[in-house]
Amino acid sequence: MRKSISLLTLILITCATCAQQTESEIKAESPVDFHYTTELIVPELNIPWGMAFLPDNSILITEKSGELILFKDNKKTIIQNPPNVYVRGQGGLLDIALHPDYENTGWIYMSYASSEDHEEGGNTALARAKLNNNTLVDFEVLYKAEPNTKKGQHWGSRISFDNDGHIYFSIGDRGNRDENPQDITKDGGKIYRLNDDGSIPSDNPFINTQNAKKAIYSYGHRNPQGMTKHPVTGAIYVNEHGPKGGDEINIIAKGKNYGWPVISYGINYNGTPFTDITEREGMEQPLFYWVPSIAPCGFVIVNSNFYPEWRGNFLVGSLKFQYLERLVVENNQVIKREKLFEHIGRVRNIKQAPNGYLYMAVEGQGIFKIIPNQN
Amino acid sequence: MKLYYTLIIILTGLPLALQAQSPLEKSIKRGSDLYEDFCVSCHMSYGQGIPNVYPPLAKSDFLMQNRKASIKAIKYGQTGEIVVNNKPYIGYMAPPGLSDDEIADVMNYITNTWGNKNTKMITEEEVSLVEK
Ligand code: HEC
Repeated sequence: MRKSISLLTLILITCATCAQQTESEIKAESPVDFHYTTELIVPELNIPWGMAFLPDNSILITEKSGELILFKDNKKTIIQNPPNVYVRGQGGLLDIALHPDYENTGWIYMSYASSEDHEEGGNTALARAKLNNNTLVDFEVLYKAEPNTKKGQHWGSRISFDNDGHIYFSIGDRGNRDENPQDITKDGGKIYRLNDDGSIPSDNPFINTQNAKKAIYSYGHRNPQGMTKHPVTGAIYVNEHGPKGGDEINIIAKGKNYGWPVISYGINYNGTPFTDITEREGMEQPLFYWVPSIAPCGFVIVNSNFYPEWRGNFLVGSLKFQYLERLVVENNQVIKREKLFEHIGRVRNIKQAPNGYLYMAVEGQGIFKIIPNQN
Repeated sequence: MKLYYTLIIILTGLPLALQAQSPLEKSIKRGSDLYEDFCVSCHMSYGQGIPNVYPPLAKSDFLMQNRKASIKAIKYGQTGEIVVNNKPYIGYMAPPGLSDDEIADVMNYITNTWGNKNTKMITEEEVSLVEK
């Protein structure tokens, strides 16, 4: 009896506080007159989290389970000496990116879940290494977030370079939303900026702030799993997962607070609210928010001549609804959204390769090339 | 108003919390925390899953009738076609990287929540014996 009473009150409370969410104003539509197809280039991958295109057109692919794969001449080779990965929840071997001057430096950057430091659990790490005879050599850890935790959530981990040789990467809130994202003395819920050798740029925003993690570039993030450099402005753009509703696109600016979890367009997975405000002075508004959540992953802003109709558009993978989303943006406003390749599977990543073609990684399937059909 | 509700929760929750918990109840409690961390984003808060994408756990015939295969799915991952409540799913669930005792806890939770009932407690040892 007692149990049923408490259950009843619980239900009452849940409903009394059921949050009214405002859906995204612009809805995703199915495209009309669509003349693009896909060709499966790399078959049979499980969770192809990251990909990087080498100068000889071969592809380096990370599998979340910890394998680093080189796809060359239609053949997969497992690269030896990959990072020592802690596979837990959403963590594993995550993103991979080449140095902007890869041909001369040879540096390959990787983010991954690491249990280094001997404590139980793990946290996100960034490392670099070189490729020699299908083996990683000269391996160096550039950043390792602390402390280790056994939480499985929110490792972030996308990597991007700006035009000045800085490397940016994300770390999610690690399942500790009430402590990490708003505290710049703690790791998690941040975008970080380093020099290409892992040193901290002297003009990082919190370089003179006592006890701050000096590598932090912006904070108040939940779990950014998409990051890209704008091909025209050079600014770093991210997309990040909200909880239930409240996924966001943000333009990353130095030292800014993006508000998680103080402001949010999302609610808890079980429907209860955790905040009733969506804006506050001193906290950035997203360029766009998704309600309901699409579970965004991967991000590219198209500037290739092969896709003239998509020029300047944002492409974002949807893990949840299993399509590639195209967002048409004008004056920093999303004015149209389209669901491309509906039902293709969980879209984990999307990139524009140096050859100008778009490549999309889909869980359980592999890497597809997007082909524009002339007609 | 909020205070009133908080009071109700405390007053109704306290006696429950004070009652001695059985090993199964303790395991279910730990499993509930693990569920919120490792499973909820796909199988959702009420175990309902997402139609055609993530199979349900609430009243799942697969889960309730295939104890060993369910442990195996959580321990080593699950891929290929799987039929849950007469609906086929062709997806991929990566191994979440839980230890055997954690798998036992989360199994005890999902087999005893959302209308599911399982009094035969799953133990760490039982999980450790499930092979790939
Ligand atoms: C990334 C999404 C995802 C997460 C996270 C996830 N699952 Fe699954 N789960 C799936 C998918 C997809 C399937 C079906 C796989 C297939 O098609 O073979 C599945 C199948 C199952 C099944 C068997 C089918 C059924 O519905 O009874 C069980 C049991 C299960 N999951 C339990 C769990 C537990 C427990 C956790 C957390 C420890 C978890 N899953 C985390 C996606 C997920």
